[in-house]
Amino acid sequence: MVQQQVFFQAVSFSDKLFLQAEDLACARGARDVFSSLNFRVNAGDALAVYGTNGSGKTSLLRMIAGFLAPRAGSLSFSGEPDEQAEPASYCHYLGHADGLKANLTVSETVDFSARNFGQLDTMIDLSVLGLAGHGDQMVGDLSAGQKRRLMLARLLIAPRPIWLLDEPLTALDTQGRDLIETLAGYHLQCGGLILAASHEALNFATHQLTLKRNHHAMVAL
Amino acid sequence: MMGIFMSLCHQHMLLAWRSGHTTLIVSFLFIAITLMPFGLGPELALLRKLAPGLLWVVMLMSLLLSLDRMFQADFEDGTFDQLALLPMPMELIVLAKSLGHFLALFVPLLICVPVAGLLLNIDASSLPVLMLTMLMGAPALTLLGAIGAALALSIRRSAMLTVLLVMPLYVPVLIFGATGSSRAISSGGEIELATLGILALMSLAALFMAPLAAAAALRVALR
Repeated sequence: MVQQQVFFQAVSFSDKLFLQAEDLACARGARDVFSSLNFRVNAGDALAVYGTNGSGKTSLLRMIAGFLAPRAGSLSFSGEPDEQAEPASYCHYLGHADGLKANLTVSETVDFSARNFGQLDTMIDLSVLGLAGHGDQMVGDLSAGQKRRLMLARLLIAPRPIWLLDEPLTALDTQGRDLIETLAGYHLQCGGLILAASHEALNFATHQLTLKRNHHAMVAL
Repeated sequence: MMGIFMSLCHQHMLLAWRSGHTTLIVSFLFIAITLMPFGLGPELALLRKLAPGLLWVVMLMSLLLSLDRMFQADFEDGTFDQLALLPMPMELIVLAKSLGHFLALFVPLLICVPVAGLLLNIDASSLPVLMLTMLMGAPALTLLGAIGAALALSIRRSAMLTVLLVMPLYVPVLIFGATGSSRAISSGGEIELATLGILALMSLAALFMAPLAAAAALRVALR
């Protein structure tokens, strides 16, 4: 296999890409989390989702990824790769749980990730993620911040138009935060779309949505 | 698609091996079999008569113990979120993981059966029949186990629940498997095609139904 060292695959997503929520409502168990949420995010936009604990930030992201069914309302996608596709095939989701296996090495993790996404010829240069020289280390021995960096490898392996990032800055140092910003910048340039739930200001955000039960506020930045 | 399938299967096997799960399950089989003569008394004729049934029951117990790791770890560490986003239907993910589970856990158990059988004074000539019967029932056992493991996911630390859910499903396989092998052994290692056929039928039915059922349960657990 030829090692093709990629920093960011130059892809351009359809400029018709958008993600729209209409009158969306979410319930967790018997409790209503939020309702009547409306927003539209277009290609090249990054929406920062703010809200207090329990306001439904994570639930919103999981709903878009297709893990959780809305209680009411609808979510629509358009653009890549084809209209009939499952929402899941549009999205990358980076959540609180890192989805990493302690018993695999760093390079095995990247390798399995590439094979699982069917992207055999993509090799990730670990130095991009700030993990140079850690290739043979067990993931279980990495620090929390290094694990977060390793999670980012997925974003680079398979180009997908919608990134759903839950608390992307958690546990990252200044360089790690810069890395996220750089990656997000590239992604938006390619015509991608980002939704990020956070408690901290996100420099790459172009819009801001504050979730609050049934009166939500969306502002362009 | 095939590449993704093999990759998932490989990953499941590698992790079962690295986390020491395979070794633990195989050790369990040996310890349980070694205990039998202590409980039943060292009467060789009795042990020989009971051997096929004991081996089958211990094999089932070992498999039941292993089911806990089939999906649970992936669910806890967030791997399942990632699997759900792969360009592959959940049914095939279930199949890939079941195949990985079969290769990483059932096959080593099966390899240990001859040695465990000798501890129970079983005839070496009847071992191939016993192993063949077990192999025929294996896909049914693994796949039915996958249903139970998937159903119990929404409840944390649900190993015991998985066992309770799966045990009744294993009964038909155990009945045909154990009686079939003990008859074959008493008749001197003759293969009984009817038993093998019924076990194969159960395995084929499980191959068709179990991925559907387990995938549905996984989708419910994913929220």
